[in-house]
Amino acid sequence: MERVSADAAPLLHVEQVTLRFGGVSALQDVTFDVMPNELFAIIGPNGAGKTSIFNCLNAVYRPQAGSIRFDGEEIIGKRPPATAALGIARTFQNLGLFVNLNVIDNLMLGRHHLMKTGFLAGALWLGRAKREEIANRERVEEIIELIELGPYRYQPVGMLPYGIQKRIELGRALAMDPKLLLLDEPVAGMNLEETEDMARYILQVRDEFELSMILVEHDMRLVMDIADRVMALDFGQPIATGKPEQVQADPRVIEAYLGQPDEAAASR
Amino acid sequence: MTKFLSLLGDGLALGAVYALVALGFVVIYRATRVINFAQGGLVVFGAFLVYQGEHTWGLGFWVSVVFAMACCAAIGAAFEALVLRRMIGQPIFAIILITIGLFLLVEPVTTTVWHNPPGGIATPWKLHTVKLGDVRLLQVNIATVVLGAVVLGAFFLLFRYTRVGLAMRATAVDQEAALAQGISVRQIFALSWAIAGAVAVVGGMMLAGGAGPAPGLSVSLSLIALRAFPAIILGGLDSPGGAVIGGLVIGVAQVMTGGYVPAEVPALGAQFADVVPYVIMFLVLLVRPYGLFGTAEVERV
Repeated sequence: MERVSADAAPLLHVEQVTLRFGGVSALQDVTFDVMPNELFAIIGPNGAGKTSIFNCLNAVYRPQAGSIRFDGEEIIGKRPPATAALGIARTFQNLGLFVNLNVIDNLMLGRHHLMKTGFLAGALWLGRAKREEIANRERVEEIIELIELGPYRYQPVGMLPYGIQKRIELGRALAMDPKLLLLDEPVAGMNLEETEDMARYILQVRDEFELSMILVEHDMRLVMDIADRVMALDFGQPIATGKPEQVQADPRVIEAYLGQPDEAAASR
Repeated sequence: MTKFLSLLGDGLALGAVYALVALGFVVIYRATRVINFAQGGLVVFGAFLVYQGEHTWGLGFWVSVVFAMACCAAIGAAFEALVLRRMIGQPIFAIILITIGLFLLVEPVTTTVWHNPPGGIATPWKLHTVKLGDVRLLQVNIATVVLGAVVLGAFFLLFRYTRVGLAMRATAVDQEAALAQGISVRQIFALSWAIAGAVAVVGGMMLAGGAGPAPGLSVSLSLIALRAFPAIILGGLDSPGGAVIGGLVIGVAQVMTGGYVPAEVPALGAQFADVVPYVIMFLVLLVRPYGLFGTAEVERV
């Protein structure tokens, strides 16, 4: 019955990753695994390094030490487009949509790395490029159906409501046919109804797609509801990893969020 | 009326050249936010390369044009890859200064390599005129408009309807998100410079071949190319369509002024037409700094 098998090889293995900007450590000895089909959540106060992990995973940042193995390949040292080709897709905290393009074009860009025809053939619109375009367009339509974006197909995404834009970004990431999906605060700034919609889509993706997800989110209720495992970060270091209820009850996690009892007393 | 129509023909031809040069500016600006002052240099260099192919190597006109386009595309892409890529993270201002440096290199290099070329470029169209009713149009101007339309049309098909064009448009909006989709932003930058180089050749070849008020094959073609600058200010720095419309408007305005002002308003002087593009640029900057079709945020740049 278990979706996530405990004895499978991990899809992602992050070991002892350290990332420094000048003298400041953004990440310090971060180690974790993500299993196939697992929904893994990363929580932590602002500035704990959550988004930095994402930026390491898709090679925008290059850690000074450690190793990130994804599907048997080392990520560190690769360039960002290569990570997309390996099957890592992401959404952005503050939306990274192509605002003046329509929904279809945004999702088609998710298929970019899957399209094999070279630059020149693509430019000249040769037969093979055309067939490829049609096949990819069909996949995009499936995703549009799944996350209910049909009515917005040809609208420039910048003109659409925020909640819809977040959903389009999820759609674009899914269009990449990823093995690992990085969701950076998918419900940030959403009202309750939009949050519930997004949770429903994420669960649907978890159940219907063969992929792992890493969720960075401040909405604790959402994390506790849907994550298989949770890692809590504080000042760039993992302080607890495990089942949601274990992490939630961990004294170090509570301390990171609320401060130390005697500190609070001393400041009085 | 006859005079008006024939001036319109001349103006559109000059405008087509401006449009091509302006498109080069815009394509690079959109991808990299750099205003490439070396664009005028590519125009000159392209014209001389056509001359080189045609006269020195006897390749024939069209082969020479294609050869020159390939060369300037390669020069543009190489400049991006070898020089500008090292400047990533540096202020845009520094990069723009480098393009000015490249521009200043073109004149001495060109005069050293080619000295003073005896003839111009021998185009298939001569300096004959064609009569349409009472209107006399220069063959070279007709050829310029047609060829300009073909090149610009090809670009817009690429830009609108292909995967590469879509990747270019996406990169212009958000580079980080483009990278996350697996788009090689480096390739897009290099491609943008290559396109700018290729269209500059066509513009330079037309100017050297006698379109507009050109001095023939000469390094001072770069000064004419600089008038594409008012065209992009008018059309909007980041709008390829705006570049074309801006180019045509500036070309027609300049030629019309040259045709009417000396006779009608002698006080403005005979050379007033050369100033008109800049007058228009000045007015646009006052009223609508991001141009007719540009993105409003460009205002802040």
